[in-house]
Amino acid sequence: MTQMAPSAALPVSRLIEAFNKLPGIGPKSAQRLTYYLLRAPHEEVQALAQAILEMKEKIVLCSICQNITDSDPCGICQDGQRDRSKICVVEEPLDILALERTGSYKGLYHVLHGVISPMDGIGPDELKVRELLARLKSPGEVQEVIMATNPNLEGEATAMYLTRLIAPLGARVTRLARGLPVGADLEYADDVTLTRALEGRQEV
Amino acid sequence: MTIPKVYKTSGIVLRQRRLGEADKILTIFTPNLGKLDAVAKGVRRPRSKLAGHVEPLTYTSFMLARGRELDIVTQAQTIEVFPTLREELERTGRALYAAELVDRFTPERQESVQVFRLFLETLRRLATEERLDITLRFFEMRLLGHLGYQPQTEECVVCGATLEPVTNGWSAESGGVLCPACARNAPMSRPLSVNALKMMRLFQKGDFAAATRVRTEPSLEADLERHLREYILYVLERDIRSTRFLETLRQTAGRSTPV
Repeated sequence: MTQMAPSAALPVSRLIEAFNKLPGIGPKSAQRLTYYLLRAPHEEVQALAQAILEMKEKIVLCSICQNITDSDPCGICQDGQRDRSKICVVEEPLDILALERTGSYKGLYHVLHGVISPMDGIGPDELKVRELLARLKSPGEVQEVIMATNPNLEGEATAMYLTRLIAPLGARVTRLARGLPVGADLEYADDVTLTRALEGRQEV
Repeated sequence: MTIPKVYKTSGIVLRQRRLGEADKILTIFTPNLGKLDAVAKGVRRPRSKLAGHVEPLTYTSFMLARGRELDIVTQAQTIEVFPTLREELERTGRALYAAELVDRFTPERQESVQVFRLFLETLRRLATEERLDITLRFFEMRLLGHLGYQPQTEECVVCGATLEPVTNGWSAESGGVLCPACARNAPMSRPLSVNALKMMRLFQKGDFAAATRVRTEPSLEADLERHLREYILYVLERDIRSTRFLETLRQTAGRSTPV
């Protein structure tokens, strides 16, 4: 049933190729998706094409927090209920979704769009660092900056570097706690995590 | 050499690349198998039991299974961690630079016991020593030596004359030090001070303790850095990316406060 891409009609093989470029989609999945769309109702295909284009055309970066948004400033930055004295610094827009799901943070965010990675040639200039510093310039408004970069080598390096720049501006800089994940097994924990967990232990 | 389906090796993680949804490809530098890539499954999930053991700059014991394209990490247990390399930015930046040099210079799957020992020693030093830049210069010179790119510092590379204690020339192109007469005819050569030449020789032949015992002016350290950087760039024919971050650090130095 499934034909090989090279012998398929040109528009078909072109779509297969396009799907194949997407993350996590191999040649077989690309073929399946293409043949599904080939048989799908015209409206469905049009809606999909429209959705993709609209996403690309209407999404911008929020001029304040650099999150992806369709309105500038974004919903969170506009929300009068949020605590404007706190900024939580994250690597990617997806990290905001994860933090918002907890419902326990009511402050603002700042998206760096990456992380300092010296071996890949990615330094502060390639990230939204200047934009973050600009938000901290007006004194007294932001009291706490929470470093929520990933607890790996590059995330730690980024947090340390930003702390160097932010501390002289007067805001308190904090880092998300590092320790044992819920549901984990102690025997599998690495030394660094266990040490951090011991350091950060709390009264029960 | 045939490698069995499942094999054990120790090694230092040089770098990680993201793969798919939750996996990473590790570049591991091992003493007996040299540099190799392996997949660590699920390490981007918080509950991964591998994640903490396969962070860059960790010395770890691995169990690897041969895969179709890439080998897969089945078990990992930390042998040695260097907490200060994660907690002090000046150390982090330099350790990553050393890791990048090893990554760029070593071929895949080729025994490199000497370079491995040098790299492990260097990480230990970068984690504890005060003189980080001298530590790096010592590492660079020894690395060049192990890889067969040892700069010639005893006699002039062009005419073979014994070098006098005067300002000589340094040329990456020629492969080392030039006597003043030859240096005049080599447009690409740079002046090499007597003290810089002494340090170069000490890096090559002395032990680490001797090299750190010498007091060096900042200007001499800057010269040594420039000379060796130039030499490495000439040999590698490629940019070393982490040097940019070291420059960035230098610009913000003195403003440090730990998290």
